[in-house]
Amino acid sequence: MPAHDVLIIGAGLAGQRAALAAAQGGADVAIVSKVHPVRSHSVAAAGGINAAINVADDWRSHAYDTVKGSDFLGDQDAIEIMCSQAPKEVMHLEHIGVTFHRNDSGELDLRAFGGASMKRTAYVADITGQAILHVLYEQLMKHHEQVTRYEEWFVTSLLQDENGCCCGVIARDVRSGQMDVLGAKNVILACGGAGQVYSPTTNALIVTGDGIAQAYRVGAPLMDMEMIQYHPTTLVENGLLITEGARGEGAVLLNSEGERFMEKYAPNKMELASRDVVSRAEQTEILEGRGVGARKDGIYLDITKVPRKRTLEALREIVNIGKDFAGVDITREPIMIRPGQHYIMGGVKTDVNGATSIEGLYAAGEVACVSVHGGNRLGANSLLDTLIFGRRAGEHAAARAAQMAMPQIPQARLGEDMAMIDAIIARPHTGRRVSEIKQELGETMNKYVAVYRDEEGLRTAHETVRRLKDESGSAYVDDRGTVFNQDVLGAIELGYMLDSAEAIVVSAIERKESRGAQFRTDFPERDDEQWLKHIDITTSADGAGGPQVSYSPVTITQWQPEERKY
Amino acid sequence: MAETHRPPEQFTLRLRRYDPESGDAPYWDEHTIELEPHRSVLEGILQAKAKFDGSIGIRCSCRAAICGSCGVRINGEPGLACHTHLDHARAYAKDGVIEVEPMGNMPVIKDMIVDMDAVHWKKVKRVTPWLLNEGPQPEREHIVPRESMVDITQTMACIQCGACVSDCLAMEVDPGFIGPAALAKAYRFVGDPRDEEQRERLIDLSQDPLGIYDCTHCFKCVQACPKDVNPMGQIMRLRRIAGSDQKIVDQNNGHRHEETITTLIKGYGLLHEAEMLPRSYGGNSWFGKFHPAAGKELLSSLPVVLRALVKRKVNPKIAMFGHKIPRQDLNAVKKIYEKVESRPTRYELNLYVTGYDEDVEEPVASVVAGNAQSVPQSTEGSTN
Repeated sequence: MPAHDVLIIGAGLAGQRAALAAAQGGADVAIVSKVHPVRSHSVAAAGGINAAINVADDWRSHAYDTVKGSDFLGDQDAIEIMCSQAPKEVMHLEHIGVTFHRNDSGELDLRAFGGASMKRTAYVADITGQAILHVLYEQLMKHHEQVTRYEEWFVTSLLQDENGCCCGVIARDVRSGQMDVLGAKNVILACGGAGQVYSPTTNALIVTGDGIAQAYRVGAPLMDMEMIQYHPTTLVENGLLITEGARGEGAVLLNSEGERFMEKYAPNKMELASRDVVSRAEQTEILEGRGVGARKDGIYLDITKVPRKRTLEALREIVNIGKDFAGVDITREPIMIRPGQHYIMGGVKTDVNGATSIEGLYAAGEVACVSVHGGNRLGANSLLDTLIFGRRAGEHAAARAAQMAMPQIPQARLGEDMAMIDAIIARPHTGRRVSEIKQELGETMNKYVAVYRDEEGLRTAHETVRRLKDESGSAYVDDRGTVFNQDVLGAIELGYMLDSAEAIVVSAIERKESRGAQFRTDFPERDDEQWLKHIDITTSADGAGGPQVSYSPVTITQWQPEERKY
Repeated sequence: MAETHRPPEQFTLRLRRYDPESGDAPYWDEHTIELEPHRSVLEGILQAKAKFDGSIGIRCSCRAAICGSCGVRINGEPGLACHTHLDHARAYAKDGVIEVEPMGNMPVIKDMIVDMDAVHWKKVKRVTPWLLNEGPQPEREHIVPRESMVDITQTMACIQCGACVSDCLAMEVDPGFIGPAALAKAYRFVGDPRDEEQRERLIDLSQDPLGIYDCTHCFKCVQACPKDVNPMGQIMRLRRIAGSDQKIVDQNNGHRHEETITTLIKGYGLLHEAEMLPRSYGGNSWFGKFHPAAGKELLSSLPVVLRALVKRKVNPKIAMFGHKIPRQDLNAVKKIYEKVESRPTRYELNLYVTGYDEDVEEPVASVVAGNAQSVPQSTEGSTN
């Protein structure tokens, strides 16, 4: 059985950054990923990364914008850490090789982004996530002696020792089908969000709530799970993302009457209001009959206002997406978009070092909830979140590892997970297909737990999720092999998705107010008196009791809640 | 789910299946799916997988041509399954059935899943794929020219999908060739003003017989790349920087061979076979013919020359006395040289800088310059 000081699950930005930081801290590090690291979904982050690096900027301004963007649900101590450390982190990325675009003086160029009071988004065309991810992977290749990579290994369970401390994982080598225990003094979950719970979503097929569910199952609380971000510009055709960078560069939104309708909703920031505000505005226009397209369920995003040369240089990826996936040359005509599920602000509850309530278990990136995003994340703050808290978790875990011996690892658990997989493969073809259940889940969530929500819809969603959970117990797969059996892994992922979905729905039912991404038509006002608090969801160890709700306070340091206008 | 302009249609997919555990040979497996015609081949495969057979193996994740997972061959051509429309794929299918196979040049693990570690990533590691910059770092960012970062964004845009590796002809005959993706990655560092070992990188890639001069200039990778990275173009740029700018004399005769061709075309308008080998081996000068080293190397090439004569690939008369083209044509050729050589700096074609390559709105000069740079090389293939 291999064992490491720090074992990281997930190799996107948070995971790779954590690995490099832990290695820097002298630890023996391993990183496990169910896909090759450069396939991780961080690769799709387009627009950029926020940092107050302009000499006229101040990290406090960035922090205030983030607090306001969060609709005052973000924890301000964590936001202060993230924003004050952002400039140093961006410079570090530049030093290790990220090819950030420059201004004419050769300094980092900055673009405008939603909810920001000034230009503070550093970028690489509209492939910022890809550029940073690939550069971090370059560093992993460079530091291969300190960081062991388990590429294409799928985690089935977290392990706890007799004291309840996390001490490793059980994982399956996807290629060979072999199962193994990977022991560790510390485990860092960095395996992303749960976007596949929705259909459509901008998120990749691999984003199935694995880490959220794994932590939940060992008793770690989930927080802010009701806060699901709908991105204002996703392709009507198939839900693919059009970067906010487009609006940052000057693109506008138009309804069927050709009106720049954001004037009504956010007269100052217009298209660059925070994402929850813009998505709600679009949805309102569509609901009131001013949508575009044959079904009137879209909105025009008009990028033709941006000079063509600039679009080709700085927004090349969405030029290609328009051409390849919608048949539209965005430099010459508007493209049809609508709000689409994009991000989950909530996740595994952590402190500012990424530590969860389970000793030895950390979380960072979209899987985690520190909470820096609160009710709504600002564009270009997610890359920052992954890197800052990935680094902090890596450093903290390495320091903890240096103080301790390798725990006793319950290797007997391996047999349980092997039996679980054998049982899935052996299921008779009498129940439903895994793919059918997944599809029904996605459509249900997108219908009832979306931009606008109400009690009735949420209850319907909850009943559906519970039924699907039952059905998933007998859901069958076709592949009976061991080599690259993606089918059986899909069945395990479905379980992760259903746990994540239930936590989302239960939290959304619980919060009887409208704040950030949660808009309840039956409770349309923000209610600071009752609901300026986080909702935490836990499960009993055996899971039989279902989700349990509790609350935790919001940390306020210097910005008192106020009315939110853009 | 999504709004469509056209109603769904039926498409038949013919998938190449291989189960390594069965002991059976690979086989074809057909499924008929129903989707809007502008949906992707990947979505078609995923429908087949969801409805009919969950054991179909294909790597995929983002569905948006950014993660690089779903590199396959569709109707024999390499590309991303998520990036190819069903109607387009059907139009190019030989019998109306869309054929999907694993990529080439890499061992197949299962169905459409290939072993990229064994080939692609091994080659990437070969080019020292990280920034070499160990000195003290500045307080803030490195100050570098705006254009240099836009320039290397083109190679940074490589998603490591392996489509170019799949169909690299040089790699097919010479599996050791570093190959298009890894060499494009190498340019990302050579073109990065922050890298401190550009010359060492260039010497390494020039002297390696499997390095930049092993490319046969066949354009397959340019065609295969779904992200316009233009790997061959990056290899040619590495050659120009190594040979012309840094004057690196490579043991593969790569740069001298290129110079020879350029010189001969300038002088005669067409190749002059009799001069070519001596010049390539001897240092691209008339006196090169009498260079002792050239004589020895020339002898080693004799079997090739003889074979070419026997197979009538070379006409002895023309080979000895050279091709003749009309005076005004020769002058036109010389004018191209004058125009290109009179420029203070070399133009490089970069899509992030110039937009689309077919873009009529862009200044014609830059496109012509890009092509003119590569004309001498494209007249002759391998340099080895």
